[in-house]
Amino acid sequence: MYAQTFQRPRSFYGQFDRKPGDHLTTHYCPGCGHGNIHKIVAEAIDDFGAQDRTVFVSPVGCSVFAYYYFDVGNLQVAHGRAPAVATAVKRALPDSLVISYQGDGDLAAIGGNEILHAANRGEDITVIFVNNAIYGMTGGQMAPTSLIGMKTTTTPMGRVVANDGFPVRVAELLSTLEGPTYIERVALYDNKTRAKARKAIRKALQNQIEGRGFSLVEVLSPCPTGWGVTPVDSLKWIEENMLPNFPLGVFKDKSAEREHRTHRRQAIAIQDVPGILGLNGNAGNERSAGILAGGPRTSCPPNVDYRLKIAGFGGQGLLFLGRLLAEAGMRQNLHVSWLPSYGPEMRGGTANCHVNISTTEIGSPLVSAPTVLIAMNKPSLDKFENEVVGGGLIIYDSSLIDHPPARSDVEVIALPATEMADKIGSAKSANMVALGALIGKTNMLDKDALLHVVRSMTKKVALLDLNLRAVESGFEFARANAAEESLWGV
Amino acid sequence: MPEGKEKKDRGWTEVHSEECKGCGLCIEACPVCGMHLSDKLNGRGYHFGEYQGHGCTGCGVCFYACPEPGAITVFKN
Ligand SMILES: Cc1ncc(C[n+]2csc(CCOP(=O)(O)OP(=O)(O)O)c2C)c(N)n1
Ligand code: SF4
Repeated sequence: MYAQTFQRPRSFYGQFDRKPGDHLTTHYCPGCGHGNIHKIVAEAIDDFGAQDRTVFVSPVGCSVFAYYYFDVGNLQVAHGRAPAVATAVKRALPDSLVISYQGDGDLAAIGGNEILHAANRGEDITVIFVNNAIYGMTGGQMAPTSLIGMKTTTTPMGRVVANDGFPVRVAELLSTLEGPTYIERVALYDNKTRAKARKAIRKALQNQIEGRGFSLVEVLSPCPTGWGVTPVDSLKWIEENMLPNFPLGVFKDKSAEREHRTHRRQAIAIQDVPGILGLNGNAGNERSAGILAGGPRTSCPPNVDYRLKIAGFGGQGLLFLGRLLAEAGMRQNLHVSWLPSYGPEMRGGTANCHVNISTTEIGSPLVSAPTVLIAMNKPSLDKFENEVVGGGLIIYDSSLIDHPPARSDVEVIALPATEMADKIGSAKSANMVALGALIGKTNMLDKDALLHVVRSMTKKVALLDLNLRAVESGFEFARANAAEESLWGV
Repeated sequence: MPEGKEKKDRGWTEVHSEECKGCGLCIEACPVCGMHLSDKLNGRGYHFGEYQGHGCTGCGVCFYACPEPGAITVFKN
């Protein structure tokens, strides 16, 4: 009796839905090595019984469509970023079998940095690196792995060392790092090398199943189209041109010594977080309760649509002010966004953030026409004053800004925030004074709920009391200001 | 399926002609010269690979030489 022994792996979809009219073949060119490698990988997934926990990360390159073929979990990611995404998947789902599948343009050019660090961290992933010495998908441009003298569309006269450097030997390069467990270079030019490639890829996957860390198999793979030769001649091309530059072999193998790596990466239990952040003790309990508790917007108007720009010096805590607002809004079930914008300086430069707080969904986090401007230094007021919509609100720190805004069509609060904060105990809490004044004036968020958020987000326990008092004083200032205004009818 | 075929060989290879792109790698790979390109064209315009009907040992090298997921199935006796 004849029995099927070599057949289409089950880890491929029974039908490919990529294009109408052809549900059986891949999109690869005749003779392309991607197909052989796909087959080896799919067969290994079958044999290891791992189909239901495999996550295949497709790159940018000719293999961008691999997700149409592999009947496993699939992600298609930005050019060169497969190792980063694979890292995330593996850490979030330690039991998954994560395959980062990449070409040489993807891995060695634009993604050179990503692979270096994933390898160095010894991420418990399997990388299949398809080295065909060219950018296949985009029409045959030079890759870092292109050979000296090789004609490509971007090296029409041949690759020249003086201009283009040397072919990058990825397997050798990465094997100098401590992190990786197993690195081998294989090829696909005859039956023997194909068998070796199969063995190496299976080992690289098996390593991950056993939690042994980072494995990478570099495959010298034919690209007849990119090289301008027939599929049969492309085999010879590998042997004659690629082998002298890219010797085959095992460059690193610590598979036997490496223990299960995923067990070492213990995630932090959520109940331990307050302790780690030093939020224990009585105040801590209240604070951690605050982390979870959302306050109702009991006393607030039902519909809000605030677009805020909060600007000043770096170091004034204005990005933090914005985060507190967004966090408080979020806990009150509003739509929020927070977008920071700052220069390279940690202190003294300018910083601003854009905050949206709305009952309806937010289209863009960018605030170009604010309904509220909080300006905490002169340059910020000068720069953003004219962006505020008519009828909007400007709160400015009158301790630091010597002239009021020129606008007459907006409401203005001259808030001596820095002086007030200084009186309470530290000028650094001027941001909290401004926060209090904003709420006191607009009633956009429930004050008690906001104080909850201040409690849970103030990192330094010593500053908490000061911050709370600063919010209160800003709040009272705005209320008194409003009462005075209504008294005088302005 | 090679049902009803003479079962004297150790193996049997089937090429699903519509899945073949005519690259010729199976022909290059087969150690017993069991494959050739057909004179006929398939629906996609390729001269497809074809098993000549005798000599197969069921070794499977053509399966691994072929880049297409399901174009070749190899049977063993
Ligand atoms: C960010 C970004 N830059 C550039 C491109 C264009 N691009 C698409 S594929 C590719 C090269 C792919 O080459 P390789 O990784 O060797 O894969 P192959 O196609 O040879 O399998 C480039 C540069 C892109 N899609 N995205
Ligand atoms: S261009 Fe090269 S890598 Fe891309 S599918 Fe064709 S043969 Fe394969």
